Order: sequence, then C-alpha cells, then structure tokens
Amino acid sequence: MDYFLTEEQEMIRDLARRIAQEKILPLRVELDEKEEFPWSIMKNLAEADLFGIYLPEEYGGTSGGCFELCLVVEELSRVCAGVALCFATSALGTFPLLLFGNDQQKKKYLSAIAQGEKLVAFALTEANAGSDAGGIQTTARLEGNEYVLNGTKQWITNGGEAEIYTVIAMTDKARGSRGASAFIVEKGTPGFEFGKKEKKLGIRSSSTRELIFTDCKIPKENLLAREGMGFIVAMKTLDTSRPGIGAQAIGIAQGALDEALVYARERIQFGKPIISFQAIQHMMADMATQIEAARFLVYGAARYVDSGAKDISKISAMAKVFASDVAMKVTTDAVQILGGYGYMRDYPVEKMMRDAKITQIYEGTNQIQRNVIALQLIKEKAKGK
Amino acid sequence: MNIIVCIKQVPETGNIKIDPETHTLIRSGVPSIVNPMDLYAIEEALRWKEKLDASITVMTMGPPQAQEALKEAISMGIDRGILLSDKKFAGADTYATSYTLSLAIRKLAPYGLIFCGKQAIDGDTAQVGPGIAEHLNIPHIAYVRKIEEIDQDKGIVKAQRLMEDGYESLEVQIPALLTVVKEINEPRLPSLKGKMRARKAEIPIWEATDLEKEGEDAFGLSASPTQVKTIFAPPSKAKGEIFTGEASIIAQSLLERIRAQKII
Ligand SMILES: Cc1cc2nc3c(=O)[nH]c(=O)nc-3n(C[C@H](O)[C@H](O)[C@H](O)COP(=O)(O)OP(=O)(O)OC[C@H]3O[C@@H](n4cnc5c(N)ncnc54)[C@H](O)[C@@H]3O)c2cc1C
Repeated sequence: MDYFLTEEQEMIRDLARRIAQEKILPLRVELDEKEEFPWSIMKNLAEADLFGIYLPEEYGGTSGGCFELCLVVEELSRVCAGVALCFATSALGTFPLLLFGNDQQKKKYLSAIAQGEKLVAFALTEANAGSDAGGIQTTARLEGNEYVLNGTKQWITNGGEAEIYTVIAMTDKARGSRGASAFIVEKGTPGFEFGKKEKKLGIRSSSTRELIFTDCKIPKENLLAREGMGFIVAMKTLDTSRPGIGAQAIGIAQGALDEALVYARERIQFGKPIISFQAIQHMMADMATQIEAARFLVYGAARYVDSGAKDISKISAMAKVFASDVAMKVTTDAVQILGGYGYMRDYPVEKMMRDAKITQIYEGTNQIQRNVIALQLIKEKAKGK
Repeated sequence: MNIIVCIKQVPETGNIKIDPETHTLIRSGVPSIVNPMDLYAIEEALRWKEKLDASITVMTMGPPQAQEALKEAISMGIDRGILLSDKKFAGADTYATSYTLSLAIRKLAPYGLIFCGKQAIDGDTAQVGPGIAEHLNIPHIAYVRKIEEIDQDKGIVKAQRLMEDGYESLEVQIPALLTVVKEINEPRLPSLKGKMRARKAEIPIWEATDLEKEGEDAFGLSASPTQVKTIFAPPSKAKGEIFTGEASIIAQSLLERIRAQKII
C-alpha cells in the first residue's frame, strides 16, 4: 500500500525503521526484563533529529506535525512499544507548550526539546482522578510572583527521567473544571520529588512514576495560557496526541503479524507448515486487514489534525479506539498462532500482547473515547449536520 | 584544519560476482553500501571536527553511482563530497587507485589529516590508505584504534596502532594519514537534517583531465602493476554429514559421533 508520503516523510520513516532494527531490536528483551529506561536509544533518536520532527524550524525542528510523529511511533512500536512510548510521551508533554505557550516560553524550552536534550512528561492523572479528570486535587496557589504547588500526580510516564513537566493543577477549586490551570515545572525545583516507580504488565522499559509537590514554588511565568484554561489545554493536547497512540497500536500489531508470518511458515505440524492450514491463513488475513484499516484511520486522523481543523476530538478518539482494539486482537491472535511457543518469553509475541493492552487504557480509556464519539454524534445531530 | 576522508562504495557482501574475462568485480546491479570500515573513518573525522574547527571533505573514486556513498557520508555530518569518476580510472589496482586519490588530495591542500578505513570488504588489501600517504610523501599510521592527541600548534598526532598482541603508541607529523579499525568508535546513524542536506548537496565530479598527473599511463588498468591472473573461490570445506529421522535418534547418532571424536 502506498500512503503517498513525501520524500521527507519517507526519510523520517526509514530513519526510525533503521534505529528500531539496529538499536532497539538487540536491546528490547533486556529492557523489558530489567525495566530499564532506554537512554541510549533516546540518544540515537536525538542524534537522528527525530525529537524535532513536529516542532517549528525556528526552534530547530523540521516543521512536520502529528503525522510525522505517527510515522516514527509506528516504526519504533513495531519493535518495542515501551521505547516508542518514552519518545512519544515527550511530544505529549510538549504539545501544551507548542499549542498554548507564549513566545518566551517556547524560546526557553523548545530548542532543547527539539534536540532531544530534554525529555518532557505530561501530568494530569491522580489517584482519585483518572477518567474523571475533574477530580484532581493538586493545587497551585499564587503568592506574589510565584505559584505554590501541592499534591501528588500518579502514573506519569517519563516521570523521573524527563527534565520538563507540564502539570495540570487547580487554581480555583470553587470554579470546578474552569478552575484548573496548566504549568511548566522543571525537574530539580525544590519541593518537587518523585514517588514510587510502578511495576507494569507491559511497556516495561518506560518509567511510570508519582510526582510529589510539597510547597513547590515555580515562577509565575510558568503558567501556560491563562488561569482556568487547564482543562482546555489538557483536552486539546490529548486530542492532538491520540492518533499517536493509534500509531503505537498499529506498530505493535504489525510487529506481531510479522512474527506470526515468519513462524507459521517454519512450524511443521501434521507434516506441513502450519501456514498451509486455512484456519491459520484466515486468521492472518483478518489480522492484516484490520491493521490496514487501522492504519488508514490513524493516518487520516493525523493528517486532519495537521490540517489545523478544530473539530478533531471525534476522529482522534476513533483512531485511538479502533487501532488499540485491533492491536489487542491481533497480538492475541499472534500468540495463538505461535501456540505454546507464543506464550513463552523466548518469542516476542507475548511481550507484544502485554504491551498492546495499555493502548486501550491510557490517554483516556476506550470506554471514555466511545463516550466522546457518541457525544459528538449527538451534538452533530442536534446541530442538524 | 582541512580533513579528508577517503571512502569506497562496495557491493553488499554475499552478492559479489566476478567478471570471468577481466577478473574484476561486477558492480552494476548489485546493491551498494559504504565500505563498513570507512564508516569508522567518517565517524572519527566527525568526532574531531569541533575540537579542530575542521572542515571535512569526503572523497571516493568510482562510477557515477558512487555519489550515493558520498551522500550517505554527508547525511552523517560530513561537509562536502568529491567524486573522482572517469572511464580512464576503471580497473585500477591499489597502486593506481591510491595515486589517483593522492592527485585529487593535492588539489585540496593545505590539508591536515586524511582518514581511511583499514581496508575494503571487497578487495581486503588494506593498501590504498598507506599508498595514498606514500604518493603524498606524508607519514601514516595504519590500524589506529585510538587517537590520543592532535596538537595543531605542535603539528603532531599521537595514536595507538592495533597489533595482534597489544598496541603501539606512535607520534607523527601533520599532515598525516590514519587508517582506522573498528575498535576506534561506534559510527553514528545519519540524521534527518543530514539526509535533507545530502539530498540537496551538489557533488562535483573530477575527471582525469582535472588531475595533474605525471606521465601518460597514470590511471586505471594500464597504470596498474598488479595484474590479476585468476580469481577463484577457495574450495569450500567438505560437506557436513546430515542426520535425518526422529529427533531422539538424531541426537543419539550425533552424540556417538562426538564421542568417537573424543570431543567429550
Ligand atoms: C502505564 C500508564 C501510563 C500512564 N501515563 C500517564 C501520563 O503520562 N500522564 C497522565 O496524566 N496519566 C497517565 N496515565 C493515566 C491514564 O491516562 C489513566 O489510567 C486513564 O485515564 C484511566 O484512568 P483510571 O486508570 O483511573 O481508570 P478509571 O477512571 O478508574 O476507570 C476504570 C474503568 O471504568 C471505566 N469508566 C470510568 N468512567 C467511565 C464512564 N463515565 N463511562 C464508562 N466507563 C467508565 C473505565 O473505562 C475503566 O474501564 C497512565 C496510566 C498508565 C496505566
């Protein structure tokens, strides 16, 4: 299939594929077993200029967008979704700055981000605020020229490893969802510490940690957009980044199909390679069809986001839901095709199945995404579209 | 300082075919890559670029398609490339090749350092690097596994030459030529910006008439003292024995055979 990539997009995809093959593949088992953050690969990605693909040229980027990010995330995920997440999360954390930051804030941070010198994280979730982000309890109180942050964020990807954090906190609890604001917090700020590192089912090379703020003072200038805009910042950020989760899901699924195909040609039972059995063939035909359908949807959504369109929530949610459900199904089927061997750690498909599960959960669970899609359908109907 | 890196485009190993008439490699139609050892030379030059405030030129002698190899080097960060390409250069042995390259390098004077890979995976001679140095009448250190120091004021370079049983530490005057081994560094991958620059890069082609040679037959096959009589594949090792049948029986026969050889 030809997705009509530009020459530059092909270069980006090929570079990502090469890094995945030459640098990630030899390390992925070890990274998964040891739950080790893939710093050496982050350095490879930085040297290849891939951290700047969605950032403007004036900050050292190459002025691509969500689509270019998707190409890289897909290729990396095809080999290891955990490593891909460390890369993708840096973009997630940067979107608030890119979409809502003022010139000074962009100047201060974006160049180092584009060069991959500094990783970024995005912190919304708390113990009592998951799907219901309105429940966040972390507060930011303005005192003179500083905001004082108090509270604990939970399950923050790149926590501890990133240098820059975009954090959503309540500036005015009385105003409910209109009382949240977005801030930039740098690692090393007094009163900002990291809590426990989670042990996870999959994407184990990525770090997932608590951020603990105790009277953490940050300059007033670190407020993104205006007070009260916090949820708008968060929602727009997630709408922009969700196709990226779709891309992660397609990558995982494609990687699993690749493995299943190789195995099915080699495994002999009843005197024949198992690929000669129609039951296996049909399974693989479905896997390939579902992956291709997901890829069309994700690429379409990413290109729509990049067009500057405003109504991106629905299509972004669709891309994330569909691709992640495909990833779960395809990886489960890949394990089935490999049989008992697929269940063993000696083969990569069990890891892919473990990794796939997260794509249905984070950046808004698939249930919540279906709520978003349905709500949009109802709104459109009401407007007579 | 001007740094020059000499590289070679080689057929991807495993795909090598030999012309039965000329006894030279058939290159067309075979996927080509930058000679893997040369990537270490490119990397080492790049690592010294900032410290020496250097400008790096990569050079190769080869057919027009060899400019792809130069572009690969540019995508890794090399400043510019020069392709030496002319029908007259064809069929050159290591003597004629190193002579042709040395003439081109003279045109780039003043230069400080020349880097080459230890050897090419197709010819495997390891002669071209030292040959260039001899033609230029400058010192060289072959098999460099580490550069200890480059002092522009004193005009010296100190490097470790890898030996079978250790290494030697040598110091030579600049300008000098170094051929490097894979122990020296880990070559980087191309970058996106490098690839974009390489795509646009204009690669000048120097032909025989661009070089100031001495004598008439200076280039190519006719200037090559080495005449290849035959090239042949060494006889492959005797065929192994293949056991067939059920796994347990195969294992048993294998064990017996190993015991008979007194390996265990
Ligand atoms: C590995 C990992 C990394 C993460 N990284 C980050 C990060 O970097 N930054 C960040 O801010 N957060 C991060 N998260 C948090 C993630 O976004 C949340 O886990 C997710 O939004 C769901 O919240 P929850 O886990 O609290 O589930 P809950 O909200 O408690 O949901 C539990 C179940 O109930 C369902 N449910 C809840 N409400 C509804 C409803 N209204 N209708 C129907 N079903 C509903 C959900 O779909 C789910 O099945 C991460 C999570 C994980 C596991």
